[in-house]
Amino acid sequence: MEEDKEWRLLQGNEACAEGALLGGCNFFAGYPITPSSEIAEYLSRELPRRGGVFIQMEDEIASMGAVIGASLAGAKAMTATSGPGFSLKQENLGFASFCEVPCVVVNVMRGGPSTGQPTLTSQADVLQARWGPHGDHPIIALAPSSVEETLFLTIESFNLAEKYREPVILLLDEVIAHMREKTYIPKPEEIHLVERKKPTCPPDDYLPFEMTEDYIPPLAAYGEGYRFHVTGLTHDQRGFPTNRPDEAEQLLTRLKMKMEFHKKDMWKYEGLFLEPVPDILVVTYGSTARVAKRAVRIARDEGISVGLLRVITVWPFPDEVVKQLASEVKGIIVPEQNQGQIICEVERYVRRDIPVVGVHRFDGSMMEPSQIYNTIKEMKQKWQ
Amino acid sequence: MTERYAVRQSGSGGQGMILAGVILAEAVGIYDGKNVAQTQSYGPEARGGASRSDVVISDGEIDYPKAEEIDLLMTLTQESFDNYHKSLKPDGILIYDSDYVKPNVKNPPFKMYGYPIIRVAREYVGKEIVANIVALGIIAEKTGIVSKESLEKAVLARVPKGTEVLNRRALETGYLLAQGKKLLD
Repeated sequence: MEEDKEWRLLQGNEACAEGALLGGCNFFAGYPITPSSEIAEYLSRELPRRGGVFIQMEDEIASMGAVIGASLAGAKAMTATSGPGFSLKQENLGFASFCEVPCVVVNVMRGGPSTGQPTLTSQADVLQARWGPHGDHPIIALAPSSVEETLFLTIESFNLAEKYREPVILLLDEVIAHMREKTYIPKPEEIHLVERKKPTCPPDDYLPFEMTEDYIPPLAAYGEGYRFHVTGLTHDQRGFPTNRPDEAEQLLTRLKMKMEFHKKDMWKYEGLFLEPVPDILVVTYGSTARVAKRAVRIARDEGISVGLLRVITVWPFPDEVVKQLASEVKGIIVPEQNQGQIICEVERYVRRDIPVVGVHRFDGSMMEPSQIYNTIKEMKQKWQ
Repeated sequence: MTERYAVRQSGSGGQGMILAGVILAEAVGIYDGKNVAQTQSYGPEARGGASRSDVVISDGEIDYPKAEEIDLLMTLTQESFDNYHKSLKPDGILIYDSDYVKPNVKNPPFKMYGYPIIRVAREYVGKEIVANIVALGIIAEKTGIVSKESLEKAVLARVPKGTEVLNRRALETGYLLAQGKKLLD
């Protein structure tokens, strides 16, 4: 296998960087922070060698600004950070979302809040990924649960960003980021790359925030002859500030509709032992899904009817999938490495009087299968 | 469920336990073609503090990637022995540095093999820094979980250029130690 380099032993962070290169990333701006630094390290070596740009900015705020600028100039741009850095990026992330600037923001979740536990794991930024920037805004967030999946979801993040003209957050956690696994490296011809929709009209007619039928306006790159204005103020279809209620409402409605209309295309999830529908459903994501899989397998070996839904697209949350399953199962368990975040989202879609129980760990260590297994067992015993 | 084999290599920061885990995982995963997951835990400091590296090996899917019950524990410090020996399976194997670790357990159910790993690295191989590679050689010889050919490939692929001769010697020294050869006076 030495000659044929299709398989490599990679760290999650390295797989993310490799996925970025395969996904067409040609601009990275960042500021190193544990446990995400290996992504910047890898790209600082590889991007310049391949004609791309790597720049270490003075902080995370500037990094996010550089990414927005690069993307508006036509680059496939990315930054990577962790907890405190992700907090710093929120203002510019809100700008990117509101101005529909395609880009990829990697947040490797570590123990928080504040400086927290830099070398330890957590999943406590899931709601921040949804609501970190102020105001109603669209956002896409994906959470891989293996090193190999990290590579493919990084490619997918670039594709979703380009296709929907939105920032995409790749939510890694410290376990996935630092774990090493055997990873398949696809050949370029095996990868489908998406390019952003560009205007075909004459520059004078270009509306950078046009109310199109698919809710996705074309995006010209600066320097291509299209002059246009981009502002964080509420803007009209030309991109200039407006306070007209009809225009403000139309813009926010379009952004909401963009997600509603396309969410099924964005959804990725994995079901395990869901047919026939089990008594107990475990809903989970990221590295915790691997702990949960083990617990579910042990419980099933003992004859307990339990299945698992692994949410890969965390935002927009696959509401209809959960709603459907919740209408048939007898109880739901939501394990996460936090004090309870996605469980709130799950509860929104449970319309019957069934137990929804969280399993939590937030001491920096990865959850153990026994924690989830015990909860499955307790739930089962209540019915006997 | 598929069989798992879990290896934990532990010591203090700077002893190369994480690199040893990476090399073992690469040898077993890439060159021997099995599934592997290598994880680690370490503190915020670069040197000192407890450091450990787990490698889980399986022919099937590895769901939970950390070692639960350990099949093989390699430990260079008393602290890591004290912390982890209770996770060893009854039919597991303990390999320890006999100069630094006193495995003070009565009637241990697991097999124990002590060698002066660090001293041998320093005095016989020539550099203390290759103690982790000596330890890998011992693991390969004692367990057969990795082929020696793959292990050597992985070592040479991961160590700095110019240190190949030293590291190959360290690996072979590990084999000799595990075979019971007395290398120091």
